[in-house]
Amino acid sequence: MAELITYREAVSRAIAQEMRRDESVVFLGEDVAAAGGVFKATKGLLDEFGGVRVRDTPISEEAILGAAMGAAMTGMRPIAEIMFSDFLATCWDIVAVEIAKTRYMTAGQTNLPLVIRTANGGGLRFGAQHSQAVENWAMMIPGLKVVAPSNPADLIGLFAAAVRSDDPVMFFEQKSLYPTKGEIPAGEIVDELGTAKVVRKGDDVTVVALASMVPRAVDAAERLQSEHGISAEVIDVRSLVPLDTRTILSSVSRTSRLATVEENPRLCGWGAEVVSIAGEECFWDLDAPLTRITTPHIPLPSSDSLEDEVLPSVQRIVETVAKMTG
Amino acid sequence: MATTTPPAAPAGSATDVPSIDRDTRLALYRQLVRLRRFEERAYRLFQEGLVKGTSHLSLGMEAIAAGVAEALREGDYTFATYRGHAHTLARGVPMEGVMAELLGRANGVCGGKGGSMHLTSVEHGVMGSYAIIGAHLPIATGAAWSSQLRGTEQVTACFFGDGATNIGAFHEALNFAAIWDLPVVFVCENNLWMEYTAIADVTAVEHPAADRAASYGLERIIVDGNDPDAVHLEARRAVDKARTGGGPSLIEALTYRHGGHSRADPGDYRPKEEVEAWLARDPVPMYRQRLLDQGVAADDLDAIETQAQEAVDAATQAARNGPVPDIDSAFTDVWADGGSSWRN
Repeated sequence: MAELITYREAVSRAIAQEMRRDESVVFLGEDVAAAGGVFKATKGLLDEFGGVRVRDTPISEEAILGAAMGAAMTGMRPIAEIMFSDFLATCWDIVAVEIAKTRYMTAGQTNLPLVIRTANGGGLRFGAQHSQAVENWAMMIPGLKVVAPSNPADLIGLFAAAVRSDDPVMFFEQKSLYPTKGEIPAGEIVDELGTAKVVRKGDDVTVVALASMVPRAVDAAERLQSEHGISAEVIDVRSLVPLDTRTILSSVSRTSRLATVEENPRLCGWGAEVVSIAGEECFWDLDAPLTRITTPHIPLPSSDSLEDEVLPSVQRIVETVAKMTG
Repeated sequence: MATTTPPAAPAGSATDVPSIDRDTRLALYRQLVRLRRFEERAYRLFQEGLVKGTSHLSLGMEAIAAGVAEALREGDYTFATYRGHAHTLARGVPMEGVMAELLGRANGVCGGKGGSMHLTSVEHGVMGSYAIIGAHLPIATGAAWSSQLRGTEQVTACFFGDGATNIGAFHEALNFAAIWDLPVVFVCENNLWMEYTAIADVTAVEHPAADRAASYGLERIIVDGNDPDAVHLEARRAVDKARTGGGPSLIEALTYRHGGHSRADPGDYRPKEEVEAWLARDPVPMYRQRLLDQGVAADDLDAIETQAQEAVDAATQAARNGPVPDIDSAFTDVWADGGSSWRN
């Protein structure tokens, strides 16, 4: 029987599901155990699994991810939390230069089954240093898998797949989604990395979105239908690496139009890669310029009125897509 | 500019320490000579253009890798730096695979994809050589955490240079290992020079590792890094402590590199008298003399030297004859499925 839970609750459900199943799964991070996480997304895990497997750390991001890497290389399946994705910059060497490259440099001698989960993105008025959408940082490094779910069921299923993967997975939880609710099926939930999902069917334009931009794209699609008579297909990318280009390109070939909706600043956002692939492989099917809807290329401001203005809004998606099909 | 004279032989020096038996001493000498001959050959192969890129030799510093490795047992983990030929060989990794890796050949330990700075042999517990200063201290800490979680009594040894003591990862890892009582032995090879700058010129304390130990509740340990016996005894104590749940140790071993930082560096920024003083304390002839003084026959030592030379010759031959990597191998092992695909 389906159950309605929040994205926040989905995090602890996902971790618990995997920790119950596999003794080698351990969880570490700042304030994750006794306090249940600064977003309260990991409440209850310490009580259920104890202080050996669920562990508070010092504020030492390099040590947290180094510990996860060393443990993963030697038989464990660690889950490490970096409290805000902005803090990845303090330990980016471990992520991009050590974790991502070690299997390759050692010709496959090392296994790196670890998950780095982190609260990503804006919308909470936290200002430029606690609001960045940085999934593209990870996407550009060979050797990292990159996932960003938009709803509770996807979160649990993709998280399970990430923990069971023998590759390192960067798991971006969009922090403004924590209070949002969604239905989850009963029983164990396991999804597949590298799979996008068509979340709304349509014929005139393909709108590809990620994480918090997915509900906005769906709202925009409803308004495009009712206000402009435009039928938009919305695809939730879910996984940037591996990237399910098949689902995206087959939709674009049919609708002949593509817009991406990205929370990141303009330059080198994930959508740039998506439109470049579509440009190379679907060019002759296209009836409109490939279009990216992003945050402008600025740090995110703190004031609510400013932040709401610069993040892609439903209104901006509606206006931009309407022009493409006009 | 600060200069540091070599440490005087510690009082009651290891010459007559009864706790190191004759077999162990011969093993230490065998290791020292193998590492020395290997590094000399590696240098020659650079000059011939057979080793490309860069490389960092342990000439003059071999006693540390040898002394620590002799204190470890099968199943223990080691983490080394880009100056890691000696540490890799000292764990028993076959010389052919190491030499071939330097030459970028398919029969190298990493199939030619790692190179001099990334020697790894997981089956020998050599969990990698890391080329970003300090990065591997947290990773070694993680391996030690893993053995603690799995209850395996494995010990992790982590080698790094003096320069690493001023980077954040050193301090994060030391604190982490201390608060969780992790079975890890941190070994600082203080060769007095980072790359071109003396560590003493840029460090707030005299002993860059040992003087920081108290910050993490650890003992201040300084050892003569050119004395294999002294290194071995200190390592044995730290390894035993780690194995029996006593937590981490931080050892600062004083030593000196005979050459420059890397292939292209003649090391001529160092004062001549300092270099000469340290060359006079070359661990290989010093240890040979110690063994002779203890009654080991010169013939036995000569035989060890001949064997080492033959092993290096054979490894060189195997490396020279090794095939170049298949171009397809550039596209393998990005992912656990063996491939490099990022889309469908």
